[in-house]
Amino acid sequence: MNEVVPALTKPRKPKKLTAAEQVLDNGLRVVVVRKPGIPLVEVRLRVGFQSTQATHPARAAVLADSMLTGAGAFDRTGLAAAVQTLGGDLSVGVDADRLVVGANVLATNLGPLLGLLGTALTDATYPAEEVATERDRLVEKLTIARSRSGVVASEALGKRMWGEHPYALDLPQPDAVAATTAAQVRKLHADRVRPDGAILVVVGDISPARVIGQVEAALAGWTGRPVSPRVPRLPDVVPGPLLLVDRPGSVQSSLRLGGTALARTDGRWPALQLANLIFGGYFSSRWTENIREDKGYTYGPHSRIDHHLLGSSLVLEAEVATEVTAPALLETQYELGRIALLPVTDAEVEAVRQYAIGTLALSTATQAGLASTLSGLLAFGLGLDWIAEHTTRLAAVTVDEVNAAAAEFFAPSRLATVIVGDADVVAGPLAALGPVTTEF
Amino acid sequence: VASVPRPQKLPAPSFELIHHTLDNGLRVVVAPDRSAPVVGVAVLYDVGFRSEPEGRTGFAHLFEHLMFQGSANLEKLEHFRYVQSSGGTFNGSTHFDYTNYFEALPSNALERGLFLEADRMLSPRITEENLANQLSVVKEEIRVNVMNRPYGGFPWIVLPELLFDTFANSHNGYGGFEDLESATVADARDFFARYYAPANAVLAVGGDLDPDQTLALVEKHFGPIKKRQAPKRPSFAEGPLTAERRATHHDAHAPIPAVAIGYRTVDPIGSFDEHLAMLLLAEVLSEGDASRLQQRLVQRDHLVTDIGAYLGEFGDPFDERDPTAFTITAHYPDAASLEPILRAIDEELARVSEVGLDAGELDRVRTRLVSQLLRELDSVLSRTLDFAKFELLYGRAELVAELPGRLAAVTEGAVRAAAATLQPDRRAVLELIAGGHR
Repeated sequence: MNEVVPALTKPRKPKKLTAAEQVLDNGLRVVVVRKPGIPLVEVRLRVGFQSTQATHPARAAVLADSMLTGAGAFDRTGLAAAVQTLGGDLSVGVDADRLVVGANVLATNLGPLLGLLGTALTDATYPAEEVATERDRLVEKLTIARSRSGVVASEALGKRMWGEHPYALDLPQPDAVAATTAAQVRKLHADRVRPDGAILVVVGDISPARVIGQVEAALAGWTGRPVSPRVPRLPDVVPGPLLLVDRPGSVQSSLRLGGTALARTDGRWPALQLANLIFGGYFSSRWTENIREDKGYTYGPHSRIDHHLLGSSLVLEAEVATEVTAPALLETQYELGRIALLPVTDAEVEAVRQYAIGTLALSTATQAGLASTLSGLLAFGLGLDWIAEHTTRLAAVTVDEVNAAAAEFFAPSRLATVIVGDADVVAGPLAALGPVTTEF
Repeated sequence: VASVPRPQKLPAPSFELIHHTLDNGLRVVVAPDRSAPVVGVAVLYDVGFRSEPEGRTGFAHLFEHLMFQGSANLEKLEHFRYVQSSGGTFNGSTHFDYTNYFEALPSNALERGLFLEADRMLSPRITEENLANQLSVVKEEIRVNVMNRPYGGFPWIVLPELLFDTFANSHNGYGGFEDLESATVADARDFFARYYAPANAVLAVGGDLDPDQTLALVEKHFGPIKKRQAPKRPSFAEGPLTAERRATHHDAHAPIPAVAIGYRTVDPIGSFDEHLAMLLLAEVLSEGDASRLQQRLVQRDHLVTDIGAYLGEFGDPFDERDPTAFTITAHYPDAASLEPILRAIDEELARVSEVGLDAGELDRVRTRLVSQLLRELDSVLSRTLDFAKFELLYGRAELVAELPGRLAAVTEGAVRAAAATLQPDRRAVLELIAGGHR
């Protein structure tokens, strides 16, 4: 520690949040948190959306894009104008686990906004013409997405890690989208967009008890149980040889590595969280200091842990210059081997511990941040208490526990590797490091 | 009949702001808010792409990277480590008219954050080794954000060259590799000496803090930095175009064509109310499904996959001085659609200027815009950055709180007048040719 750098003063504790929670008669779980500050309120409605059907990703994506194109007596323009009048915004997103309807609105207008949300949930009309418009746009948007090297790489890594599991097929195929009809989307909505088991989070400058009543009044007409599919467990990651996907003329290579990780409910999770930060999860990590700040191979490598309902995964991402693709992989493997085999230092653990505690506070310091974090946690059976207690859990992690987590999850032999780049240039050097399968 | 909610009075935020100027000329804004134990620290220097000398495109941004490579009392990597091991986050970014450096920190790290900013304002460690390393990093940044990405830098990097005439306004702010490679340590030292004087900067500190204590800490850490003359900033203003300009831009990765239509518009500071009318026009045109261009070009004519209108070259209407730009961008599957797209946009602009807005249209658009602006103020760091930016560019951090009131005063007539200025002979049309495969 440099003695001219000012010491930290005594930390101030965050204010305790007031919250209310209730499961409504229709089975919807409602969690409301008062968080004053700006006069707004954030809403996140989360509905389970897993499926094994091959047609599901396309239908789910079209549903998300066209859910707000007509509801009850509102046409598309009328609904959008009504939301705007409230100073609000409504949007729908979907992935392999869930559908999320997100909203934010001036706090004084929460009641009417919930009314509009209720109309969309119970009475979305999916007009054939609007569904066709969104379907055609989605095909174009998917084409644009897949023209990005990083998207191709993530998709290839998903297939390598999960094979034919629905998680690997989350981004829909254009022909499946093109074949989707309004009737199919309406049926999917009727089957799946149901309150029983869904979770609604409301965070903002509001009174929790009062908001529970408002939600009850606005969403009482939304009823029913969703059709619930049986989705297979995630397969074990079988690393296999390095997969190289050719992207001729690419001036960079997208490097992706992936493996299994722990869920947040696992007692070893806080240690794994810290191990990941030390490896590549923040700027002062070993991976960044090596391949960016020392070697200049990349703008920003990053490792993270994704939590899906069926399992968690460790994902490493870096976009590296074409000519140093193999050297960048070599350094990555070196850092993985080093953290898996050799102990981390006390100083490294203390630094990431403080970073994890501080950034948890920062990420939940805004209404939007808290709403999204809380909505994500609730789906896993965790909640506000978990956020409050996580600081204590992080404080208790020992260096040995971090070492054990790193040894288990960061061993390079456990990770699948995918590179998207110019095969003519990078295939030769990559072959020096091990077997390569090339996909043209 | 669907019941449409009635508009309500716009909420107005209020902030306690304390101003102070140090003897060395550093302008300081302190904004206490004890609601959460976090603080934001932001330093803005009055230099951006527009101040780069010819032959040194991209230098302001490369220099921004060098400001993180160690300073008077800190070795390389220490800045990052001190911020993050305090539980905080950091970054910096280079804009047309300014460069910012900032941290979000737990409030018990406030003094540390101030020290870190003061230490590099005192003297960054600019060495051959650091320059070579960050040159590589910046090249990778440009490759990942521009060269290897479909629509990379479109249109902020490529439109200025068509829309503006002077080197200051038209050059590529990320820089050409040749220019970047020829940058020297001596260039960096000169740039620092000229533009990074305390008198050429604004410091804003917001969040969980005591104002008197904070001002004392600011004095302690920034006070000893020697006073240097702030450079005189020339006007970069350029008058409106008088004839349409057209050009094409080839994108090797893009699977479908795109277009960017730029207009030079009013002085965002000197003609603030007209600028706000232009901002409301952008929202009327493309914000949400009920907006004019979404309805016409996406939903009715099926000409475009998406379309957006925005003010400010970075999409932030309050981010630059004169000149600024009003831009409309669209992606579309069929390259032959460009002329019909331009015609439809012109018709919609004419409809706004000649027929006017529908009943309630301006109110709903304005209510949503105010709500969006408030939402961005929820994070202590965004708020702190905003105070610093408005203090630097507008001379008044208070404007952040006054925006809802100023927007409320914009009339339908002003929005119609704004639309009337966007004539075909005043636009620059940059067509992106898709070179990628579908």
